[in-house]
Amino acid sequence: MITRKITVALAGNPNSGKTTVFNNLTGARQHVGNYPGVTVEKKAGLCKHGAFEINVVDLPGTYSLTAYSVEEMVARDFIIKDKPDIVVDIIDASNLERNLYLAVQFMELGVPLILVFNMSDLARSRGIEFDLKKLSELLGSPIVPMVAQKNRGTPALLDTIVAMADGKIHFKPVRINYGREIEKELDHLEQLLGDKKYHHHKYHPRWLALKLLEDDRQIKELVNAPEILEAVNRSAMHLEKIFGDHPEIIISDKRYGFISGACQETVRSTVQARYTSSDLVDAVVTNRLLGFPIFLGLMYLVFQLTFTLGEAPMHWIERFFSWLSGQISFLWPAATTSPLKSLLVDGIIGGVGGVIVFLPNILLLFLAIALLEDSGYMARAAFIMDRLMHKIGLHGKSFIPMLIGFGCSVPAVMATRMLENKRDRLTTMLIIPLMSCGARLPIYALIIPAFFPRVWHGPMLWIIYLIGIVLAVLAARVLRSTLFKGLSAPFVMELPPYRVPTLKGILIHMWERGWLYLKKAGTVILGISIVLWAMTSYPRKEVYDTDYDTMMTRAEDNYYSAVIKLNSRLGLPPEATLIKQALQAEMTTARKQARFYSRDREYREAERFKDSIVVGLENTPEGGILSEFLEVRDMVTRARNTFDNAVNEGRLKPDAPAYLLLKSNLNITLAEIEYKQPQIYRGVVTYMDSAWIPYEKTVKEINRQKQGEALTASVAGRIGHFLEPVLRPMGFDWRIGTALIGAFAAKEVFVAQMGIVFSVGDDEDGPEALRDKLRKNYTPLVAFCIMLFMLISMPCLATLAVVRRESNSWKWALFQLGGLTLLAFLITMLVYQAGRFLGIG
Amino acid sequence: MAPGKKGRILKIEGRGAVKKRIVDMGVVPGVEVEVERYAPLGDPIEIKVKGYHLSLRKEDASKIMIELLH
Repeated sequence: MITRKITVALAGNPNSGKTTVFNNLTGARQHVGNYPGVTVEKKAGLCKHGAFEINVVDLPGTYSLTAYSVEEMVARDFIIKDKPDIVVDIIDASNLERNLYLAVQFMELGVPLILVFNMSDLARSRGIEFDLKKLSELLGSPIVPMVAQKNRGTPALLDTIVAMADGKIHFKPVRINYGREIEKELDHLEQLLGDKKYHHHKYHPRWLALKLLEDDRQIKELVNAPEILEAVNRSAMHLEKIFGDHPEIIISDKRYGFISGACQETVRSTVQARYTSSDLVDAVVTNRLLGFPIFLGLMYLVFQLTFTLGEAPMHWIERFFSWLSGQISFLWPAATTSPLKSLLVDGIIGGVGGVIVFLPNILLLFLAIALLEDSGYMARAAFIMDRLMHKIGLHGKSFIPMLIGFGCSVPAVMATRMLENKRDRLTTMLIIPLMSCGARLPIYALIIPAFFPRVWHGPMLWIIYLIGIVLAVLAARVLRSTLFKGLSAPFVMELPPYRVPTLKGILIHMWERGWLYLKKAGTVILGISIVLWAMTSYPRKEVYDTDYDTMMTRAEDNYYSAVIKLNSRLGLPPEATLIKQALQAEMTTARKQARFYSRDREYREAERFKDSIVVGLENTPEGGILSEFLEVRDMVTRARNTFDNAVNEGRLKPDAPAYLLLKSNLNITLAEIEYKQPQIYRGVVTYMDSAWIPYEKTVKEINRQKQGEALTASVAGRIGHFLEPVLRPMGFDWRIGTALIGAFAAKEVFVAQMGIVFSVGDDEDGPEALRDKLRKNYTPLVAFCIMLFMLISMPCLATLAVVRRESNSWKWALFQLGGLTLLAFLITMLVYQAGRFLGIG
Repeated sequence: MAPGKKGRILKIEGRGAVKKRIVDMGVVPGVEVEVERYAPLGDPIEIKVKGYHLSLRKEDASKIMIELLH
């Protein structure tokens, strides 16, 4: 059997159930792209029926086919230029007349048309009865009744498509009679256009004439012949004189007249209009008093769903990736300096983890948005918020992405998709990073307690958030009156009846968004992460300015002299060295082993060598004490490690019940050890507190200093230094500059990077050590400026990547990056200089 | 016009995208409209036309000339 390939375009009004029909036809076999040159999404999918392979293209939902909106232009261009074999127009049967308005325009285009009367059950329950046979004759197109939500009528639609493609059903386009006066002008223009000179073989002359009379910008540009445009003007003026209104209005009016006529003969409403359940819901939800609280409550739920519910899976993802980097680290000996390991663990796994970690938020947010949108509430949300948002030049619907921005800019930018108007979308997208996102909170949490008295903590945080909101409002107004000048989207919006969303529709929606994010934004994020990794790791520092080796030796000397002091506590002669020798053997062995794999001969040899030394020492007269010491030390270490791991794993706070339980278990274990060998136990505790722990701390400190020096020498550090003259006017030094570069990967990285440049960890000492350093180096004014700059400046790279993907161009992403950073620079500089002038800080 | 009031459209003033959009949505002379409600902040308004609900800003709605029914 030979399969024939045909293309079917799916058209229809928004809320007509078009997407559900599309999902029913194609299932999961869909792919999403963009129409060339515009940000309108193009969805297509395949389905097979009989001998046909049908390529179904989902056109954007529109009410008409004018040149006023991008969606409408995309839809009609697709039909004229791509010439689909059949157009299927999904019609909400319970709202027939307005839905047929679009159908009539397809008829005028002369394309083979099938009408799907969707939600025919709802229409029947509202007491509407159709004479489908007669209506089909009047409209010249086959009509298929359907209930898409329950997947009823799909086979009948496929049969009709195939029958039409086979030529078994004839399509007779109806010609609407626009009345004597208009027809006369149409004929005249048609004749002019019929002339070879103006022949556009893709367009019907009558359709062109009609569009010219409708004052269609796109068609006027296409025809572009002065004598024809002159004739059109004359006709339009003539008609205006007769009808007292513009021709495009008269033409729409006539179309509705034709539809009314057809419906009068074939549609019968048996029940008087009554209040539907949808009206009852609206009476509450858009109520003057209740509307706002309900809206805010729902927004709170959306926010909670996205971020609170997303927290646990994000934590799992983070843990999985840290486990994975642990596993991969095992492929190298512990002391390796392999660049490949660093690339894999810090660059690639870090980058992939940074991409996937947003996935729970994105999926949950789109679950919430799909629920709001499919149920019909989204239109009400826009209805409620429009007045407020209109004041700053935006659309009612812009509120939701902006709110989500307080959680994370990445899903927020993706949420701008629900704004139909391009200018609204871009403006909203560009100002979203000014909504202070959750990743910036750790920065404020580090800085505010370091510089400001306790009573100011709350207000300070509030001020920062408020500055962001005020700037967003101002930026929106400025953008709207400069770059995105022009009429805002006409707020002429249908409030569709409430419906129960389908599970399938919601799942497909979530899957689509998640996949798009991973594919389009994920690759960019991963790429830039690797570049940033390279910038903070290279060039490597080979020779260090500070003599870290001597520092290490000194630390070791201190450690061993503390060990010697233990002798009296353990009951050994003061000058005995056997414990020192055993510990020395352990340390040398560990250092040697770090350079090999555990399966290597050298690794085992080192182990055997150490054992032989320790056994030798244990066989001396005082050796008994040594073996007891080592045994107790291992037991105490194990008990403490078990406790620390459990606390870290569960992220337990010292006042958590689980923490207290673990702590009491630890104490019991330690008490048991002490009970058996009191003297040795106390010796071990002294050893831990006065020798081992201080030594470990010093080693960490030295390594951090080394890391700090390496970062200073890296590209990022050099850029930090290089930027210092630019950063100075804001009160920043090169250290802040270096951390800013790291913060581009993700805002919260700023804290860790500051830790590295100041050579303090944020692990065991808590952030206090870093706060101390900050206090010593900066004034409260500088601290405030840091927060201000982090709030306003460049969005993180994930946001940049998503903006690129959503705006479909690097232009806007880079404009945002540059614009916000410049704004941040100017404002921070102004605040710093003014502060200095006033003598603050 | 207060919520609950009905009227018949006589003419729509102005010209341009908003007007064309309103007309495309079925708000044409001769059709009956009913004001359903005002948004909580007083703008936009919701009207019922051809059996469905439409919301538009007061500024745009003021261009629709009607004769009051009842």
